[in-house]
Amino acid sequence: MTTTAASSPGGVTGPGVAVELTELTRVYAGGVRALDGLTLHMAPGEFIALLGPSGCGKTTALRCLAGLEDPDSGSVVVGGRDLTHVPTNKRDMGMVFQAYSLFPHMTARQNVEFGLELRKQDKATRAKRAADMLDLVGLSKQADRFAHQMSGGQQQRVALARALAIEPQVLLLDEPLSALDAKVRTQLRDEIRRIQLEVGTTTLFVTHDQEEALAVADRVGVMNAGRLEQLAAPAELYSAPVSEFVADFVGVTNRVRAEVGDDGAHVWGGVVPLLPGSAGRGAAVLLVRPEAVVIEGGEANATVVSSSFLGGHGKVVTTTDDGDRVVVQVSNAEVTAHAPGDRVRLRPRGDRALAVAP
Amino acid sequence: MAQRAALRRKQTTFRWVVVGLVMAFFALPMVAAFEFTIRARGAEGGYDAKTWQTLLDFGTLAESYPDLAKGIVASLLLAVVTVVIMLVLLVPTMTWVRLRLPGMSRLVEFICLLPLTVPAIVLVVGLTPVYAWVIYLLSGATVWLSFAYVILVLPYAYRALDAGLRAIDVKTLSEAARSLGASWFTVMWRVVLPNLRTAVLSASFLSVALVLGEFTIANLFAYKNLQVAMYLLGKSDSKISVAVGLAALAFAFIILFAMSFVGSRRERKS
Amino acid sequence: MAELASPAPSPDPGPGAGRPRRRALGRLRPSGALAGLVPFFVYTTIFLIIPTLVVVVGAFLGPDGRPSLGSLAALGQPGFLKALTQSILLSAATAIGGAVVGALLAYAVSTAPKDGLLKRFVTSVCGVLAQFGGVALAFAFMASFGLGGLLVGWAKVVGLDLGSGIWLYQWDKGLMLVYLYFQIPLMLIVFLPAVEGLRPQWREASETLGGTTWTYWRRVAGPILMPPFVGATLLLFTNAFSAYATAAALVSQGSPLVPLQIASTFSSEVILGQENVGKAMAFSMVVVVAIVMALYTWIDKRASRWMQR
Repeated sequence: MTTTAASSPGGVTGPGVAVELTELTRVYAGGVRALDGLTLHMAPGEFIALLGPSGCGKTTALRCLAGLEDPDSGSVVVGGRDLTHVPTNKRDMGMVFQAYSLFPHMTARQNVEFGLELRKQDKATRAKRAADMLDLVGLSKQADRFAHQMSGGQQQRVALARALAIEPQVLLLDEPLSALDAKVRTQLRDEIRRIQLEVGTTTLFVTHDQEEALAVADRVGVMNAGRLEQLAAPAELYSAPVSEFVADFVGVTNRVRAEVGDDGAHVWGGVVPLLPGSAGRGAAVLLVRPEAVVIEGGEANATVVSSSFLGGHGKVVTTTDDGDRVVVQVSNAEVTAHAPGDRVRLRPRGDRALAVAP
Repeated sequence: MAQRAALRRKQTTFRWVVVGLVMAFFALPMVAAFEFTIRARGAEGGYDAKTWQTLLDFGTLAESYPDLAKGIVASLLLAVVTVVIMLVLLVPTMTWVRLRLPGMSRLVEFICLLPLTVPAIVLVVGLTPVYAWVIYLLSGATVWLSFAYVILVLPYAYRALDAGLRAIDVKTLSEAARSLGASWFTVMWRVVLPNLRTAVLSASFLSVALVLGEFTIANLFAYKNLQVAMYLLGKSDSKISVAVGLAALAFAFIILFAMSFVGSRRERKS
Repeated sequence: MAELASPAPSPDPGPGAGRPRRRALGRLRPSGALAGLVPFFVYTTIFLIIPTLVVVVGAFLGPDGRPSLGSLAALGQPGFLKALTQSILLSAATAIGGAVVGALLAYAVSTAPKDGLLKRFVTSVCGVLAQFGGVALAFAFMASFGLGGLLVGWAKVVGLDLGSGIWLYQWDKGLMLVYLYFQIPLMLIVFLPAVEGLRPQWREASETLGGTTWTYWRRVAGPILMPPFVGATLLLFTNAFSAYATAAALVSQGSPLVPLQIASTFSSEVILGQENVGKAMAFSMVVVVAIVMALYTWIDKRASRWMQR
């Protein structure tokens, strides 16, 4: 889809506003702490993805920001204004839901115009704005279709256009891609990012799919049990997780027995520098990424279990003589070189890694 | 802060007020009718449970109100026979249509829903010549009313079974069974029916409730089922007839209430 | 009947006559498959199609069994026209009243927890009253409002004099009240799925876009529920229009409604040749119900299109 990106359509929101969620707590009837003192500050125009397993409180956080849920304590400040007690319909939030949120009795255009009508904009302005927004999401030709006449991906585009049409202070995306199939998902994901950069609205995106979060966001917040475990840029989150939970949740991680000394963790005859927050001296479990392990010649310390192509690269699964299962990322050429049963030598590449107590 | 909570509270209040008012509206005549049945006979007033004692003791009931007892028996028999015919007629047909003749599904559905458009009273008019033949060929026994009752329950049973069939993939199931060497009968009995248990159950329950409540056809053809017996009794002994009516309503309620639990145990994805 | 009952002869007898009997699924000749439907079609032909045809054809036959419009012309008698008018008025009034109250009840019930007891209880009560009421309902009313009935006494307490209780047996008073006792429940049963089809996202989307509760009802929920509401009201109309048992149990004099008129031509000492007049009356009922049901089907289709997943 190629839109005239330079001329920002219909004078969309300028630079976004800052969002401060402070010490949000939300306890459901039954004692479940969905939010347990969540603090999250978003810079103007920033795109933050909240990532976590189901039940970690990420959706609750987003709904508190939208005003669809009341926090038991804590505050929601948007653009310097305290919105904690402001009802949803006065908050100016554009929200895209998981699915089925389009009004079924209205066409795509009428859906997009709905928020503008509520803002008492005149007909011509509304029509112009709706056309611009549908154009932005690439659905100009489907403007007169009803939800049931559109695919899931198209429906979500219309929902995005509807949310953006009101020039919201903040754009809220509640797992907008989870109901779509894989191909549409990546396509729409990239488009959401493009549009967000174009309009510059501060955006909170909730997802349980780590790949999605890493691909679109400026910063990714990993949530666990109602709190923010780590908030960092995607690359940093991947290479320098602060906890076992984050390391496990983001990307693939090998758990390898190691010995922590003063100079780092000793494993397979090599030394691995440690990330801050690692366990102290003594026996530990080292969390090593598949690409941070190298297969080389020399005295064997592991046996190949299987090897397979994964498209751009390959992987070899091995069992070390210590009994650890280790996945190694290799080039395609290397895949055929390792047959099940082969004896190989594993060596750490030397990337910094997290050591945790065994 | 608590605008969400306020909305929920408002909804809860609204719910209890509306449900309470409507249920009270429904309950009023029932309560009054119940009060009527426990009034003591005689001038001095007071209450007793004589009517209900008579009703609960089938022996006495059969003695003092032979027609009513016969009506109850007849209605129960009608219910059973109707359910059997309905199941034998509908389950294989609907399964078969799904398996082999999807093109016929529209026609079968049309026929099954047609009784919604033909009021029972109209059906009676049209059935007169048909029943002349039934009486001639079989007998004038009340149980043959089942033939007409199957038609009455057709739309409801069809919908219940259709929902059940939608929830399972009959085609794949029976293909699997056939490939393992099952005969069509085995497919039906061992594969399709067990998977339709809930739907069959709810279709049967609905049919039973409808048959026990049927009045129009039986009355106009001068057969005595439960409702007709009750109606006739109402002219001579209103207490016992009102009590039978209440008992019938309560019985139907218990059937439907129990059914609501059966149905939800295997909720299908929507 | 004959052509429906016996499977159509297959145009192609098929080369498989000598093959083993067991075949893979889908290999049977169409006529063979059609044979499986014979019992169903024979049964429904005898007990549904023929009776319907008897009524339809009979309406166009004279007393001598020859084609004639005489029976239909008999419908023009003031007695029948009055009954028809009253039937339609009674059905329309109780349909609208029942629809409004029933819709409110359905919405109230829909806000309750999904598999909660309240929902099961209300649905079961309504199921009983909607399908099962009939004579028992009429009796309950006679007991409550008859001489010395409990409700007469209670009404007096709140200052309402119900008088002799004759009103209970009049089509535009008592009958209307009693009909509500199965119309409201039927509305709940028919309308509840539609209300439950309202997705919470729609309310939330409306709110995030700046809408108030009123906006939501006026612009979103209202328009979405309108077609199923109208459809359900039509269904209620045909339900009341077809009802016989309650009216028969309550009304002992005269035949103020069409079903009672039909019953009277049917059961009492029929003047010779009158039976086709009964068929003509029945036919007129079928026509009214069919028109309303056709409308209902059309609206229902529109409504379910929106409600698709």
